[in-house]
Amino acid sequence: MLIAKVIGEVVATRKHQSHEGRKVLLVQPVHLDGSDRGDSVVALDAVGAGVGERVLLATEGFSAMTAVGRPDSPIDMAVIGIIDRVDLLPELLPPASPASDR
Amino acid sequence: MYLGRVVGRVWCTVKNPGLHAQRLLIVQPLTPELKPTGRNLVVTDSTGAGAGELVYWVKGKEASFPFRPDEVPSDLTIVGIVDEMRVKRQPQPQPPSLALWKSGPCSSQK
Amino acid sequence: MILARVVGTVVATRKDPRLEGKKLLVLKPIAPDGKDESGYVVAVDTVSAGFRERVLAVSGSSARMAEGCKDTPVDTSIVGIIDTIDMDEGADSR
Repeated sequence: MLIAKVIGEVVATRKHQSHEGRKVLLVQPVHLDGSDRGDSVVALDAVGAGVGERVLLATEGFSAMTAVGRPDSPIDMAVIGIIDRVDLLPELLPPASPASDR
Repeated sequence: MYLGRVVGRVWCTVKNPGLHAQRLLIVQPLTPELKPTGRNLVVTDSTGAGAGELVYWVKGKEASFPFRPDEVPSDLTIVGIVDEMRVKRQPQPQPPSLALWKSGPCSSQK
Repeated sequence: MILARVVGTVVATRKDPRLEGKKLLVLKPIAPDGKDESGYVVAVDTVSAGFRERVLAVSGSSARMAEGCKDTPVDTSIVGIIDTIDMDEGADSR
């Protein structure tokens, strides 16, 4: 799983039927310091996430399909959780916010 | 899944029987701001997408699932045509390095 | 499987029901000598690993072979806590 940020929504009328009834989200995976990690991806929503939220992204087919509840469908990424908090070892925190760990 | 645009089509006379009657399209991966990113890819299509259309595709084993019970040896398949997109994010400062190099002395000779 | 060390935890209240009660840890992949490698991954903990511990993580469909992960939307799970790593010549495992 990766940490990611929801940056947008996609509207698609013509799509595979397994994607019907699920929000299609544009999601940007992020590094632990919050910076972008590679290109953004398209993921189906399994938890009701919205734009701006920090989420848990499943990046493997089966877990994505199970989360969305559509087995054997062409789904390779899904948002499976909304992140409330990430705690990190102090040495991994971005240098700009040294006080946040206390 | 990944976002991109259909930019071309590939024709093969000789191909794996599993790819029979499959349209092979070329897509250009795009960022949400519709800037090209990464190299062109050849994909199969389950939606009837056409040239110039904005699409999203699935990667890996799952790419063969739309064609079941047929066994199509594809690792990339278009599964949706994008009608509309709402994107909201602050642009991240671009690392200056690569872009500067590319427009540097090397490219000036053209 | 990859070698990794535990560098953080993730708290998510709203998540897939099958993830409830599972601990989510942030892992940083490491080389056998203990040096950090690039990137990170969020994994489900099945062995009660703690901060800074070196662990063994398995990804892909095999992650769901781990106890308690069957049929859950999990793509990386921690399946072991590393005691020692012995390398052939040169590289030491600390």
